[in-house]
Amino acid sequence: MAQWIDACATDDIEEEDLIRFDHDGHTFAIYRSPDDEYFCTDGLCTHENVHLEDGLVMDYVIECPKHNGQFDYRTGEAKRAPVCVNLGTYPVRVEDGRVLIEV
Amino acid sequence: MARRDYSMLGSDARRAVETGLATAEWYHTDIPRKDMKALMKRTDSPAIQDTLILFGCMAVFAAVAIALWPSWVAVPFWLAYGVLYGSAMDSRWHECGHGTAFKTPWMNDAVYQIASFCMVRNPVTWRWSHARHHTDTIIVGRDPEIVAMRPPALIRILLNVFGILDALNGWKRMLLNASGRLDPEEATFIPEQEHPKVVRVARIWTVIYAATLASALLAQSWIPLLFIGLPRLYGAWHHVMTGVLQHAGLADNVLDHRLNSRTVYMNPVSRFIYWNMNYHVEHHMFPMVPYHRLPELHEMIKHDLPEPNPSIFAAYAEVWPALKRQLRYEDYFLRRDLPATARPYREDLHADALGIPAE
Repeated sequence: MAQWIDACATDDIEEEDLIRFDHDGHTFAIYRSPDDEYFCTDGLCTHENVHLEDGLVMDYVIECPKHNGQFDYRTGEAKRAPVCVNLGTYPVRVEDGRVLIEV
Repeated sequence: MARRDYSMLGSDARRAVETGLATAEWYHTDIPRKDMKALMKRTDSPAIQDTLILFGCMAVFAAVAIALWPSWVAVPFWLAYGVLYGSAMDSRWHECGHGTAFKTPWMNDAVYQIASFCMVRNPVTWRWSHARHHTDTIIVGRDPEIVAMRPPALIRILLNVFGILDALNGWKRMLLNASGRLDPEEATFIPEQEHPKVVRVARIWTVIYAATLASALLAQSWIPLLFIGLPRLYGAWHHVMTGVLQHAGLADNVLDHRLNSRTVYMNPVSRFIYWNMNYHVEHHMFPMVPYHRLPELHEMIKHDLPEPNPSIFAAYAEVWPALKRQLRYEDYFLRRDLPATARPYREDLHADALGIPAE
């Protein structure tokens, strides 16, 4: 059953950046967009299970640090080879300076 | 150790997967996230400037060579054009394949397509091949881009100084792909949904080469072939000279790029042709850093890396004896000392995978 999890404070993530969040054996990536919105995807690249936490956020794209594959982190859509499989995404809401994700 | 099997379908490939050497975690020098973000930041201007210089020089050299044809005075201009076509395009293929050279995606893609054509490397196939090279750098049976091999394939390297094997294989593969088929080895690392793209590019290229050949025959002139196709042969020497130094003589089947990759200080002309890939340990550790920021990355992490070779000549003085020794004893490799400031080699990573005690 889906539940809302308190993942981090809004200030924990710099603008146009991401952080890693591990919960219950699953790893997530939480993003703060250039226009101060928050998003959440699976934390591992769908190409070869590399963690996206060391990747580069450019506007609404996260680039994998290993092979430069790109995803739109708002939708999880794979945008550039070698990634072909979309990332899973999760609903996010912000409450009282905290980022909550629904898992 | 048993003789190495470099086939992607062979025994070493299976063993790498079974032992965990394939798609493993690699050692990285620690860099604060803030610094890494700054280094990874994309910009268009350095690559636009370099690309204008590159294509401008190619146009001038080719125009002068054609104007002077058939005099022998044209030869140096063809050779200069050839190096830019058959060697500089190798590094452009590489950097634009990573998508790091330019900030604007279409610029990366455009230069990538042109460079892939010049190097006779199918842009779809080789994107996947290079991804594997970064996942499994010099892991025998997994890395499709191992140049030196063990024992060293010296005749192969020598032939490739003139582009012979690489280009012939590229053209052979182009015709195979144009017929709608893939080689079984390339099919191991290219996802099925990408196969039609491989075929489409091969067919376009076949048409271009056919048109070039036809124009040479119709005009009874070598010029079309000296302009398109043959520079891949007579201009290949520089990218082979610099490319061999990337990994030759060093360890294989390890999970620390400091053990299997080499950084070499080079002259400015070679660095322009090679687009700074002489900082090769740095590139493998952090492939998201654009070529024009690699010197800064090098300064930031050199305390953790083996001493770079001071020149191309010095690097060959190190590599050549190692290759000669590997001809007799293929398990030999160079294990360079780390500075006192470096963290020790992470030999435990591959030792664990191979089930052998670390040194």
